[in-house]
Amino acid sequence: MTANLPRRRLLGLAGAGAALAGAGAAVGAFASNRPDPEIENLSAAKVPFHGAIQAGITTLAQDHMHFVALDVKTTKREELVALLKEWTKAAERMTSGLEAAENGAVGGHIQAPPKDTGEALDLAASALTLTIGFGPSLFDQRFGIADQKPEALIDLPLFPLDDLDPLRSNGDLCIQACANDPQVAVHAIRNLVRIGFGKVAVRWSQLGFGRTSSTTRAQTTPRNLFGFKDGTRNPKAEDTDLLRDHVWVPKGEGPEWLAGGTYLVTRRIRMHIEIWDRTSLFEQEQIVGRTKGEGAALGQTKEFDEPDLNVKGAEAIPVIGEVAHIRLASPESLGGARILRRGYNFTDGSDGLGHLDAGLFFIGFNRDSRKAYVPMQQALSSKDEMMEYVEHTGSAHFAIPPGVREGGYWGDTLFK
Amino acid sequence: MRKALVIIGSLALLTACSGNGTQDASGAIAVEATDDACKVARTSAGTGNVTFEVTNKGTKVTEFYLYAEGDRILGEVENIGPGLTRKLIVEVGESGKLQTACKPGMKGDGIRGEFTVTGDAKKATDADAQLAEATKSYQRYVNSQADQLLVKTEEFVNAVKAKKVDEAKALFPISRIYWERIEPVAESFGDLDPKIDGREDAIEPGTEFTGFHRLEKDLWVDGLKDDSPKIADQLLVDVKDIVNKAKTVELNPTQLANGAKELLDEVATGKITGEEDRYSHTDLWDFRSNVDGSQAAVAALRPVIAAKDAALATSLDEKFKALDEALEKHRKGDGFKLYTELTPDEIKALAETLDALGEPVSKVAEVVTSK
Repeated sequence: MTANLPRRRLLGLAGAGAALAGAGAAVGAFASNRPDPEIENLSAAKVPFHGAIQAGITTLAQDHMHFVALDVKTTKREELVALLKEWTKAAERMTSGLEAAENGAVGGHIQAPPKDTGEALDLAASALTLTIGFGPSLFDQRFGIADQKPEALIDLPLFPLDDLDPLRSNGDLCIQACANDPQVAVHAIRNLVRIGFGKVAVRWSQLGFGRTSSTTRAQTTPRNLFGFKDGTRNPKAEDTDLLRDHVWVPKGEGPEWLAGGTYLVTRRIRMHIEIWDRTSLFEQEQIVGRTKGEGAALGQTKEFDEPDLNVKGAEAIPVIGEVAHIRLASPESLGGARILRRGYNFTDGSDGLGHLDAGLFFIGFNRDSRKAYVPMQQALSSKDEMMEYVEHTGSAHFAIPPGVREGGYWGDTLFK
Repeated sequence: MRKALVIIGSLALLTACSGNGTQDASGAIAVEATDDACKVARTSAGTGNVTFEVTNKGTKVTEFYLYAEGDRILGEVENIGPGLTRKLIVEVGESGKLQTACKPGMKGDGIRGEFTVTGDAKKATDADAQLAEATKSYQRYVNSQADQLLVKTEEFVNAVKAKKVDEAKALFPISRIYWERIEPVAESFGDLDPKIDGREDAIEPGTEFTGFHRLEKDLWVDGLKDDSPKIADQLLVDVKDIVNKAKTVELNPTQLANGAKELLDEVATGKITGEEDRYSHTDLWDFRSNVDGSQAAVAALRPVIAAKDAALATSLDEKFKALDEALEKHRKGDGFKLYTELTPDEIKALAETLDALGEPVSKVAEVVTSK
């Protein structure tokens, strides 16, 4: 068996791969490059692992996600660094459609457990991206990096109505796997976790299906489980100025190792979908501030018409209500603050009371969570009518280091 | 913590049907606003959605209004900066003589112009006598419950202030019966609800934890504190305020129907989970009262429902009865079992019966407002 045999040979996709590589590189250079809309349909595509920024942030949002948060169990810095290097190697391989290790699933010694778990053997790269992040708790005294902790990497405050489960919150590290095939995403997390046994332990993990935001203009706006288009005003990969101002941490802001990185907030938002489903269309649209069909802001006609918060109807009542979701979350209401959202829908079985345990796994990237996510959530948690229908059950905050250069490893700017 | 949507909802109804993509952009009426003129390209329209596209060609920030007789605002768009174009879609329900106005500098009466609307009335009317009777009947219910709320809250507050802990604990779920029965009406007065019924984890940062649940925590967990009497006094003041407001609020049939549904939502998200009365565990009292309130609103509307959709009326009767029976199983003495005394199976059975009722109740608004 050839050691580097791709899991599946991708005939005729060379061009697509090249186009995707172009998009990745362009984002890294903060330049504009419109991806080919057809790429969205190519489950087979490969997204380059290396670059100035990590993949999985402005990358064309894939359809599936497996997210894991881990706690570091070893207290030795060198063991952690060795793990990060080993992970990087496996991540490089898996994102290019290879097994986690050479001679992985079936090429090794017959008496040894296979090095790759095998469930992705016949599957293509599926646009897999793997993105690592470091939580506030990693920067304690264990690894000699306490003085490298970014000031913005705060423990998120408790917001009104939070109902957080500690077993679904926080973590020393996180790895986000996104792919167009759920099995590819799960395979990647499973194999990375396996490599880490003894050094790290899974704290919580979350599966997601159905992206709830588009991150490039080539993608249509998807719908969340409330049935509404979500992320219409999301900054897109093409909006390089917005990304520069609102997502990427510039050199000189925070520790040097984080320059070109960002901050990630995850929130597991349980939706009371059964209650929502009994709510009239009128009320649903009032709560969101958009129409359900077209997705236009109230008072406008098309999805991408800019919402106008100054329009009032009869009796001078604002057409987009004072407590409508899109008003409270709008940059206009938050002093210009913006977030790049990249969340996924989830359904984790049922809750034992005859209701689906479903919702939105919120993933938001921003330049400084203290200035963007926190004030936004403060406004939403205290005022948003939608809070009647949702419950935040998990929460985490991570610093996302810049991308890995050829020959480098995850977190090398922090640990060098 | 439901907020003011009940009230805002009905008023916004007139404008909310906009934005559905049916209006052709070419049908928009251009308005050119300058510092001393307000040129409206067309000064007449048919009933239905009327779209204005207002361009500010002046130097001052401006506003554009559409007024009905007596300067009743039908729609407005504010803060139009120089050089900007903004859209205003107004649903005009009836024919009539209207006025347009540009307000350069965003002040004064503005530069007025005549605007004529012709055509058939598009606005729904609540002329139906049955519906009028339904709202009157429900208003009487709200009044009677509000009166009792005041009486029982006063007894509860007095017991707290007299440091009669056992008596106060017994009165806590009883005073809440009347609150929970008319909760959507009471909650529509945004600021008062969190003060009276806010839960410790649900209040905004910087806001004091007050009201029923603060006293609940004192009575069951922390013991009465130095400021408990002050909290109790404030509760009574706030309840008096809300009682007066609840008795003067004008309700419409949609609000009744939505209120009936919201009461069941309250049960599903707050009571069935034991979150509402987390210190006293008297959630089943609140559960019972929410269902009572929901049933009262549906009962007021029942003649209309029966006339328009007899099957729905029957289904509502059956499902309310089933939930009654499920709840009554948990009676204990003068009240109910504590939430903590219920088994997971019993909670699930209640949740399922509640879901079964929630579905037909969610259809009431459509039935009563359809022609």
